Amino acid sequence: MIRLVKRPVPSKAWSWATPLIAVLATMIAGGILFAVLGKNPVEAIRVIFWDPLFGPNAGYFRGQLLVKAAPLILIASGLAVGFKAGIWNIGAEGQYIIGAICGAALALAVYPTESAWLFPAMVILGALGGFLWGLIPALLKVIFGTNEILVSLMLVYVAQNLLAYMAFGPLKNPEGYGFPGSRNLQQYASAHNPELIAGTGAHWGVLAALIAVIGAYILMHRHIAGFRIRVAGEAPRAARFAGVVPARLVVFCLGLSGALAGLAGLFEVAGPSGQITDSFNAGYGFTAIIVAFLGRLHPIGILLAGLLMALTYIGGDMAQLMLSLPSAAIQVFQGMLLFFLLGFDLLTNYRVRIGRARA
Amino acid sequence: MILGGIDIVTLIATLMAASTPVLLAATGELVAEKSGVLNLGVEGMMIIGAVAGFATAVGTGSPVLGFLGGAIAGALLATLFAVLTQVFLSNQTATGLALTMFGLGLSALFGKGFEGVRPPATGKVPFGPLSEIPGLGRILFSHDWVVYLSLALVVAVWAFLRFTRAGLILRAVGENAEAAHALGYRVIAVRLMALAFGGALAGMGGAYLSLVRVPQWTEGMTAGAGWIALAIVVFASWRAGRVLIGAYLFGGITALQLQLQAAGYAIPVHLLSMAPYVLTIVVLVVLSAIHRRGVQAAPAALGRSFHAST
Repeated sequence: MIRLVKRPVPSKAWSWATPLIAVLATMIAGGILFAVLGKNPVEAIRVIFWDPLFGPNAGYFRGQLLVKAAPLILIASGLAVGFKAGIWNIGAEGQYIIGAICGAALALAVYPTESAWLFPAMVILGALGGFLWGLIPALLKVIFGTNEILVSLMLVYVAQNLLAYMAFGPLKNPEGYGFPGSRNLQQYASAHNPELIAGTGAHWGVLAALIAVIGAYILMHRHIAGFRIRVAGEAPRAARFAGVVPARLVVFCLGLSGALAGLAGLFEVAGPSGQITDSFNAGYGFTAIIVAFLGRLHPIGILLAGLLMALTYIGGDMAQLMLSLPSAAIQVFQGMLLFFLLGFDLLTNYRVRIGRARA
Repeated sequence: MILGGIDIVTLIATLMAASTPVLLAATGELVAEKSGVLNLGVEGMMIIGAVAGFATAVGTGSPVLGFLGGAIAGALLATLFAVLTQVFLSNQTATGLALTMFGLGLSALFGKGFEGVRPPATGKVPFGPLSEIPGLGRILFSHDWVVYLSLALVVAVWAFLRFTRAGLILRAVGENAEAAHALGYRVIAVRLMALAFGGALAGMGGAYLSLVRVPQWTEGMTAGAGWIALAIVVFASWRAGRVLIGAYLFGGITALQLQLQAAGYAIPVHLLSMAPYVLTIVVLVVLSAIHRRGVQAAPAALGRSFHAST
């Protein structure tokens, strides 16, 4: 008989091994899925995971890697802080959209004035927009005790409709021949978030993501605030005795993750995307949740997980082109990864014993 | 009766149909949460139900089999969640989110071939002369069988939880899993069944969207309906009767918002489409403000893992 015995302390080794096992298991399960879809599983896995890095056109794809990874890492770093404290912000997608709208609106309002102050101001507004959007569920939770999961998620749909409204209404390009969508910020020098080093894909957002990782590491592992956040998540009562104010923690975690998501949205709209359109958001806010868990809610882990997840995006695009694999297959792939990770996490917290229990 | 360009009878009649998907899903989730498990994957189970129901109905030509297919698909996905959270003891919040993402992806994958196809029509129940009654006939006797089934299910769940022994055991498991286990009840088995039932109803609700409401398959068509179902369970303070009120309130806003669009009011479409989500938030806030002072309405063991050895 197989029994589970709870470990007194979660196993460190398993905690780092499970993401790797989960990735391997996902590749196998994904391969089976691709085989069911009538594709050669080995080739599909190679196209998704190997070719973007080492294949014939890898030079181009490596640049794309940073472009896709930056928003994921930026958002996930913020989310992980909240998840550690047991505060579930799952509305990062909405905060991302609002950040983009706020920053872009400023640029579109002053167009075509050129000024060195414009881009920094947009960055601040983007962060502020995401911060305020994240503050809504935080304040509702603190004042009325409303569930932050449901409110932050509902606000994603509100933000999406607001985005569509902006793209078709106030922010529409007046010289766009009636097409929906704003002016392209890539053609507006002061507002553009350019590639900093040619060919690498590194724009200001990549730098911001790196700073976020370092900042999160210092906060969570080298600062008393991080200790309090972790205690609050693991033993809320003990945290209260230690002087942690739950309300302040909620506002801090949702505000921080909101601001980082807003930043990610701003860098995206001013850079790779360039435009406010009704389909501007690409689901980074939701994928970042997977990134946070895959990275074990640890800043360095998130950095690696973000790169891996970006790889599946690019590999997914390639597989779509070369093997005509449906784009949704990658979404399934990412969902499976999270399932396997959560399932295998059992090994971190429990020992598996074979045989009968001793009395 | 016309009020401000809106026909009230039509509004109430559409309200019942518009509410049915969330009513089904919320009723199922109520049972799952009563057993002490918070399944945040309702959205994923609904959309899988929508695509599976659609595919079955188109394949067999029978809407009834379609709804059955949707229910089975939803239950299967719920079983996956149940195994992960109950056997592998994974975090319920995270697993529920994973279920939603997985369901959205899987449905998009399998739905590719069904875009633009029309499903077989689900007929209205023939009530004969009853449906000819002015006003009342259109409101009460002009619907398809799923609308009546969803109402019957609410009553059945209410009676099950309140009057039956099995319902009592389910609630005991949800309130105090350790005590129920000590009394010899099989906590995990009860929860597996409750979750599968919840998944089946969510799947059926999804199938109602793709087979009757829209009726078509489009990617991501549930558009948050599963999350609204979760909010309705909170709104209902975990009571079956109030689930009905919550679902119809939400359906009413959706129907009203669509009629306002049709009536040509000068409010941008996208701002009107926000209304159901904003309303859900407002209702949640009001409810939580009231409950702050009162007793906790949620099942006491909601969201906590149960492991027999501890």
